[in-house]
Amino acid sequence: MSDLSLPDFLTGYRDADLVRKVIEKIHHQVTQNWALMEICGGQTHAIMQYGLDQLLPDKIELVHGPGCPVCVTSLELIDQALWIARQPDVIFTSFGDMLRVPGSEGDLFSVRAAGGQVRVVYSPLDAVKIAQQNPEKEVVFFAIGFETTAPANAMAVIQAKKLGLANFSILPANVLVPPAMHAILSSPGNRIQGFLAAGHVCAVMGYWEYPPIAQQYSIPIVVTGFEPLDLVEGIYRTVKLLENEQVSVENAYTRVVTFDGNQAAQKLIQRIFEPVDRNWRGIGVIPQSGLGLRNAYRSFDAAQRFNTGNIQTRESEVCIAGQILQGLKKPSDCPAFGKACTPQTPLGAPMVSSEGACAAYFRYGRKKT
Amino acid sequence: MCLGIPGKILSIYEDHGTKMAKIDFGGVNRDACIEVVPEARPGDWTIIHAGFALNLLSEDEALETLQILQEMSELADQEDNQPDE
Amino acid sequence: MTQEKQESLSMQGPVCPLPHQHTESVVIGHGSGGKMTRDLIQGIFQTRIGSPYLAEGNDAARITLQGKEGCQVAISTDSHVVSPLFYPGGDIGRLAVCGTVNDVAMLGARPTYLTAGFILEEGFPMQDLVRILDSMSKACREAEIQIIAGDTKVVEKGKADGFFVNTTGFGLIPDSRQIGGQHAQPGDAVLISGSLGDHGIAVLQARGELGFESQIQSDVAPLNHMIEDLLTVTPDVHVLRDPTRGGLATTLKEIAYQSQVSIHLNEETIPIKPDVQVACDMMGFDPLYMANEGKVIVILPEKDAERALETLRKSPYGIMATRIGSVFRENPSEVLLHTAYGTTRVLDFLSGEILPRIC
Repeated sequence: MSDLSLPDFLTGYRDADLVRKVIEKIHHQVTQNWALMEICGGQTHAIMQYGLDQLLPDKIELVHGPGCPVCVTSLELIDQALWIARQPDVIFTSFGDMLRVPGSEGDLFSVRAAGGQVRVVYSPLDAVKIAQQNPEKEVVFFAIGFETTAPANAMAVIQAKKLGLANFSILPANVLVPPAMHAILSSPGNRIQGFLAAGHVCAVMGYWEYPPIAQQYSIPIVVTGFEPLDLVEGIYRTVKLLENEQVSVENAYTRVVTFDGNQAAQKLIQRIFEPVDRNWRGIGVIPQSGLGLRNAYRSFDAAQRFNTGNIQTRESEVCIAGQILQGLKKPSDCPAFGKACTPQTPLGAPMVSSEGACAAYFRYGRKKT
Repeated sequence: MCLGIPGKILSIYEDHGTKMAKIDFGGVNRDACIEVVPEARPGDWTIIHAGFALNLLSEDEALETLQILQEMSELADQEDNQPDE
Repeated sequence: MTQEKQESLSMQGPVCPLPHQHTESVVIGHGSGGKMTRDLIQGIFQTRIGSPYLAEGNDAARITLQGKEGCQVAISTDSHVVSPLFYPGGDIGRLAVCGTVNDVAMLGARPTYLTAGFILEEGFPMQDLVRILDSMSKACREAEIQIIAGDTKVVEKGKADGFFVNTTGFGLIPDSRQIGGQHAQPGDAVLISGSLGDHGIAVLQARGELGFESQIQSDVAPLNHMIEDLLTVTPDVHVLRDPTRGGLATTLKEIAYQSQVSIHLNEETIPIKPDVQVACDMMGFDPLYMANEGKVIVILPEKDAERALETLRKSPYGIMATRIGSVFRENPSEVLLHTAYGTTRVLDFLSGEILPRIC
């Protein structure tokens, strides 16, 4: 029988008084303008949901980076997914947020409306179960996400192999955070001065990858969690480092994250996947920024199993997702924002995904820049 | 990126050689794969995301951090209440 | 009804070949109760088969019987296609009765009669049919209403998802009751009769796709007696509405539009059971957008709020009744949530189908 209430050591991180105290500390600490970025859709969403950005001093600008895997999955991959989903005798499985992402023509929803078998799953392991239960169908799982979903996606492949399933494959689409940080920090227009590192990416990967980045670009990085107290504390510590001109990496999410991370999870990822170049929607190709299946597991690669041929992609000309994802522009800077582009009629991925910056801005009413 | 949420391990079992656990999230239960936290025991807390445990959640660390933050905020209160020089 | 600005379905100029706007065929999102449903109803249905009654936008129509001045009746219809048919706390039969009873009651009417039209799929188990009908009968007895006309059709296998039912309800509105979504006034208090999200989560759980277990039960219930008691004690209620598809947020947004007022909510006062909150956190759902089938929003003058809450709490369906906000004049049609952190968040209509997130 389970207990309905969460223990204090968890609910304490939602305490409004503590949050307020940390916000006060930030106000006392800050003496000049700072631009901070978080690369984590979950953090963007939480900041918007709790309205934490409203509490920060004007001097601090929170720029929302390309942390939404739904937003950054390339148009080519989406179009491939749509092509595969349209094939007869295919059950295409995916995380829910992908269903409304527009491809060059249509989205997974419209494929379903036209009779295609598209199913939402909570976990990649559920997709393996579906493959077991439907031996006469080809079951494909759209393996998106950052490093956070990589162990689960790897596990799905391993389980399928263990079970001897010939009808299961994944469309590999994972992306990696450190290469994205390099791309953003080395881009000519960059004005990001501090980073909030994604707490659950780091739960898997640790934060040993960040000190070289911090040194190379002289910017502080603080591993941050997702509850209101976690977020404001992460921001406070980053600002403190900036104000004291300290370049270092700190961990503000110690209850889940260690320096080395989860070694077993990292080994699992390395066993199945290897780094590949990946195209980020709206940004372009970032070298070694994605995960592809190793040779030994290539047979589980849906892109190889299905001859999708040459797909012509067509991206919206108006959508400035790329600049928004890199933090160079805000959603409200976009001429289409709120007019031609709304959560209902999205032009680009950041408006579709529930924590794409554009959707967050729109839904939570951030109309001014 | 995360809808990773904390859950307590109720029981552990194996499914075709893969380590699984029944997780209690606070009135809602779901099974999750704990293959990458092999040291986990019933009663331990983990972060679960998409049916998969990412890492253990340390109750001690959680409490310690909260305590530090609480103490610092009490200190700040005391400073605020000091008479001005 | 006031002409609110139609958010356009069409693109401004040939700037973009995408995205897919779902104008060629109906998609599931059109049935979600959110913005897509609104657009479908206003853009397609009302332009072709509309009437002033439909345009009012309430859950039931209020008509005056010819030659009987002062005799007002409420009529409402609802179709039920929810899958699964049986879930913790309820089933499609109970929902078919309660849903329509409640819609009629939301106009301040006293529901007395229902009709029921059934569409059965070939092969549907007789014992399930009996179980559903027994459940409908039980709900009718509790609500003290009768099913007085009906129809049954059977279609070939594959043409209906087992069991579909439509119910139409009828009730008399006592003189002087003027209750409807267009009547909210600045200064009014906003009350909710109990916890939110229970039904939505219970149905998702029963569907089994997301694989979780809990003790969460649907709240499906006939609210007419509770509402009648309320109106006896505080007759000057302005708005009654049940937050069904689209949830509390969508329903309040509709009311804010209809009445051309703004509604401010206090997040800490909104009752959500801890396990419902956890289930929502796991899947990335917002409980303010989950369906409820046994709750009512009450908007009434500030001075009557306390007595209304006292009365609601006397009913088994109103034990957790509480005040959650207020109505204001400024920024008409805005719904604003005040968080525990002193910040605010704008609530909009539900957009399309609710999908579980991963981040």
